[in-house]
Amino acid sequence: MSEALVQVENLKKYFPITGGVFQRTIGNVKAVDGISFQINRGESFGLVGESGCGKSTIGRTLLRLNDKTDGKVLFNGRDIHALPKEKMRELRPKMQIVFQDPFSSLNPRIKVGEAIGEALLDHNLCDRKHLKDRVIETMQICGLASYHYDRFPHEFSGGQRQRIGIARALIMNPEFIVADEPVSALDVSIQAQIINLLSDLQREKQLTYLFISHDLSVVEHLCNRVGVMYLGSMVEMASKKELFSNPLHPYTKALMSAIPIPDPTIKRDRVVLQGDIPSPANPPSGCKFHTRCPIASERCKQEAPAYRDVGNQHFVACHFA
Amino acid sequence: MSVEVASLEKNTKVSVKQPDSPWRAALRRFTRNRLALMGLIILIFMFLICFIGPLFSPYVLNDYDLEVKNLAPNAAHWLGTDKLGRDILLRMMLAGRISLTVGLIATGISVVIGATLGALAGYYRKGVDTFIMRTADIFMSLPGLPILIILGAILSDLKVDASDRIYFLMLIIGVLGWTGLARLVRGQILTLREMEFMQATDALGLRDRRKIFRHLMPNVIPIIIVSATLGVAGAILYESALSYLGIGVVPPIPSWGNMISAANNMIDFRKRPWLWIPPGLCILITVTAINLIGDGLRDALDPKMKNR
Repeated sequence: MSEALVQVENLKKYFPITGGVFQRTIGNVKAVDGISFQINRGESFGLVGESGCGKSTIGRTLLRLNDKTDGKVLFNGRDIHALPKEKMRELRPKMQIVFQDPFSSLNPRIKVGEAIGEALLDHNLCDRKHLKDRVIETMQICGLASYHYDRFPHEFSGGQRQRIGIARALIMNPEFIVADEPVSALDVSIQAQIINLLSDLQREKQLTYLFISHDLSVVEHLCNRVGVMYLGSMVEMASKKELFSNPLHPYTKALMSAIPIPDPTIKRDRVVLQGDIPSPANPPSGCKFHTRCPIASERCKQEAPAYRDVGNQHFVACHFA
Repeated sequence: MSVEVASLEKNTKVSVKQPDSPWRAALRRFTRNRLALMGLIILIFMFLICFIGPLFSPYVLNDYDLEVKNLAPNAAHWLGTDKLGRDILLRMMLAGRISLTVGLIATGISVVIGATLGALAGYYRKGVDTFIMRTADIFMSLPGLPILIILGAILSDLKVDASDRIYFLMLIIGVLGWTGLARLVRGQILTLREMEFMQATDALGLRDRRKIFRHLMPNVIPIIIVSATLGVAGAILYESALSYLGIGVVPPIPSWGNMISAANNMIDFRKRPWLWIPPGLCILITVTAINLIGDGLRDALDPKMKNR
């Protein structure tokens, strides 16, 4: 259980801001600013945080859909950002992604069957003769019918499109899937179906997930371990049980208190954060969260808290934890 | 006309039932456009006359008969005869074959070159982009007609056989015409390559060839079609201009352009209008029809362009 499939070491991803006549770099958006964690084989690791905190950037940099700025991503012990282009392409089938928006992630002019199966051809994982059977088999696993093979994406609903996206990733027989908010664009009733599909697939195929979400209840349902991000940094990481029963970072506490409880008789203390998330191009000094933290002190403004293990594999970056 | 209306009704009925695919929606928008439909009918009519008409003519090409030279239109020669006694109607139809073919193939060549180079420039960017687009800039800054005249003169100087000359002409017009489409395609590809479905192809590890030709190209086909249609009209005009100047298609092979040039003296021009009016009308009608179709296709395939 503790064998690492993906190891992220001090990963940084800055997007340059250019300006002036000569397009010089005049600043950096620090989307991911020094993050380390590991994802063990067979587990699903949840990554939560509000919009713009760098969750998706991590997911994409992990698969080398973005170039990194600094740090390392090890997949099965190999630094994928150091691989030559063709070697990286050969590794692609092992690591797949399910995108957030099922409408923009499918090419409108390519039939569903071809969209699912084409990558097998390019990796020589299947010959043309058996391709259609294989595609239809995968489509059925993902809850699509075989007569959907010759249809175009615009003929499907959002939930069905997301199933197509999942089938497209699954047919490659990956070890690792990044699920980048796979349900946030869907209706609640469809969300449940897709989440169940993902968790069934994980059980059957021993998949490893990085599950990116801003919905804590979804993460609670699906993940073994959870990391909480704020403004490009990891502020807390623990096993699901530990995190949900004993959140230590004030930001995590605020997120927890925002989970809706479908029972109007229960009263609870909401921690409501003031203000907006600061700009990642110009993050606050000291602890990045001090501008919105309900318990911030003078020390927080000066000194960035260390990201440390408080026991029981529970990591947190707060002076008061 | 009643047949047309019936087919229109049938078309709308069908489109209500079936889900609106991009192509079917475009077809529906196109058939609603009266002018474009008229252009299409005229063009088909033109093709029929040029390619099937000569089969019904009692005359054969290059059938010189000086006894009937310079006849005005009459019962035997509907459009009269020229100074060598050849039937104008037959020559006009055969000239149409040449002019239409040259226009189509020259455009085909420039579409293949333009679309491929544009796609490569847009996909690979950086050095490839700079190289291809600067080359396109150079081509665009060459004055078109003078260059064509010079190349035509070179062909004449090399004494290329009249029938081989047609192929060179197609090639020259085609090779000079790729730049506009290359720019359009490059621009589209630059936007498309940032779309999420292209990130998905990265994640799947598809080969560049499949990414460019299966994923990007189908999304630029609408603008290729529009640009190609309008390009055919341009190529026909270029061919006519060159042939009129005597450096495009040369006699004895007829083309609309060199038929008009038969009337290059005041006597023929004023006294024998049947020499130059029919081929001139053919060029006018064909080019207008193609332009109408092109405009209709643009409105049909790219609805956003319409309300510019």
